[in-house]
Amino acid sequence: MFATKSVADDLAGAAPVKGRSLWADARARFLRNRAAVAGLIVLLLVAAFALIGPLIAPWNNEDIDWNVLGNVAQGGRPSLETGHWFGTDALGRDLFARTVQGTQISLLVGIVGALISVIVGTLYGAIAGYFGGRIDNVMMRIVDVLMSIPYMFVLILLLVVFGRSLLMLFIGIGLISWLDMARIARGQTLTLKGKAYIEAAVATGVRPFTIILRHIIPNLLGVVIVYATLLVPSMIIYESFISFLGLGVQEPLTSWGALINDGASEMNNGTLWMLLAPLFFFVITLFGFFFVGDGLRDALDPKDR
Amino acid sequence: MSAPLLETRDLSVTFKVARQGGWPWSPPRELQAVKQASLRLEPGRTLGLVGESGSGKSSLARAIVGTVPVSDGRVLWRGEDIVSMDTAAQRAHGRHVQMVFQDPLDALNPRMTVGQIVAEPLRTHFPDLSKEQVRAKVGQMMERVGLLPALINRYPHEFSGGQCQRIGIARALITDPELVVCDEPVSALDVSVQAQVVNLLQELQREMGLALLFIAHDLSVVRHISHRIAVMYLGRIVEVATASELIANPRHPYTKALIASVPIPSPKAERARHRPVLEGELPSPMSPPSGCVFRTRCPIARADCADATPAVMNIGNDHLVSCPYHSSTEASPL
Repeated sequence: MFATKSVADDLAGAAPVKGRSLWADARARFLRNRAAVAGLIVLLLVAAFALIGPLIAPWNNEDIDWNVLGNVAQGGRPSLETGHWFGTDALGRDLFARTVQGTQISLLVGIVGALISVIVGTLYGAIAGYFGGRIDNVMMRIVDVLMSIPYMFVLILLLVVFGRSLLMLFIGIGLISWLDMARIARGQTLTLKGKAYIEAAVATGVRPFTIILRHIIPNLLGVVIVYATLLVPSMIIYESFISFLGLGVQEPLTSWGALINDGASEMNNGTLWMLLAPLFFFVITLFGFFFVGDGLRDALDPKDR
Repeated sequence: MSAPLLETRDLSVTFKVARQGGWPWSPPRELQAVKQASLRLEPGRTLGLVGESGSGKSSLARAIVGTVPVSDGRVLWRGEDIVSMDTAAQRAHGRHVQMVFQDPLDALNPRMTVGQIVAEPLRTHFPDLSKEQVRAKVGQMMERVGLLPALINRYPHEFSGGQCQRIGIARALITDPELVVCDEPVSALDVSVQAQVVNLLQELQREMGLALLFIAHDLSVVRHISHRIAVMYLGRIVEVATASELIANPRHPYTKALIASVPIPSPKAERARHRPVLEGELPSPMSPPSGCVFRTRCPIARADCADATPAVMNIGNDHLVSCPYHSSTEASPL
């Protein structure tokens, strides 16, 4: 202490040293992980494909190319001359434009589902865990009840009763996606609650909601982010499954699941590109999310590696 | 005599422990962590609180700070009861009573910078202060506890244990409290750093007129810093006296055993002295012994010790002891 006194005088006027936060450490660890960075690059490319695709596509996703209609197996092949880079679908619509649109919808569904789960699930779980006791019991039993309802059944029922629309799909996915997150957040909150810094805040007189927002949520976020990146692909898979059943988004909108369904039904007619083009983007995106999720887990939780 | 800064009257803390394997509605068992503890603390003084692990020191401290509910009794702050205050008043009261914790790293939020951590009580109790004012105060306080103000943007994991404890102390002192409750603030630190932290606390106490409630299980540290010392055993306060009186003239058999367990830093003297070693374990606070809780391990216990809780006796010089046979020094007449 006394040895540093003179140094202290020297530094007294100096600018404050910038600290390395745990987030900065995690970022450095993440960037050292090759698979995770590759996954991130793939995801960025897919996102760029979804955003820039409509601008560069020579065909509109709704227009039918009358030249290929009736002769899709030959005229609808992927080719640069016709401008159908990924070929056409069975109706002669440009598959590149359709895949771009499907990518937009699928990514939107995945990200909205994950966002709802992060916001609702984390807050819900943190509140249940922090207050504990009876509040915790009631809140978590509600989650149990919602979980025990077969979600696919509810989702299908919602889409059938209220009609197929993107909004209904979001509502249906939003209803189920936060349940697991709430449980995870609650469990983590219970361990955080025993930390002395929470007690220090309580003793100081910080309000409970401020404690949750300032102390609990930032410390939960590592686990939550990892789970959310793994949740995006599972949301995409849900949506694809629903669309595969023919209940998802409505024509002329489309999604990966709907496109894969269309392609699969034409598999025997020698038009395999209809299946492969959407499937390729579906698969690389899922892999991308899994690798990024893995990388984030290792980066945010170096002890568990 | 005016009201002391802090006084507890027959303070009890009871925890409810769910029965293992019971039904959700079966009544929980009760754990008496603190029973009828009465203490007084004058402004600017230090009260040491000693006792072995599980004796209820920390529970008593937490009841005073307000992070653990009081099941019975009163905590008086300048004669005003804190326990019966409404929540908002209790929160506002947090400005005057702050706490320093045992594990320095555990007490600091790893996602916040040191500046944010130290500023938190200020932001809570003085929300009108501008950013510059808060920053200036935090810088001053960091300097005061021996940290470079330039480290304000660093994170807790970049500091050593002793430095983290200084950050904890800075956070506790930023609102100019009148009482700081130190829950074993030095037991997680090395001996050399312990001395620095204890000296820092004493220095700050002199400068700011702080009262300290200093908890430790190391009697030599407590003796160094305290004006008065209270000894706890199984949730009861068994003896209270001024530090020098308690060390020189311990009356309760438990205090005697506790003092005898402190090693003397001289091998010859250490070997020569007589050491009454306590036998057995601390009884379970779920089912404490009847009457005097210490009788199961007491060298001078008598048959009637099991009958009633011993009354607190003032044997002069403000020396309180709760043992009716404190003057019958050694061997039991049984």
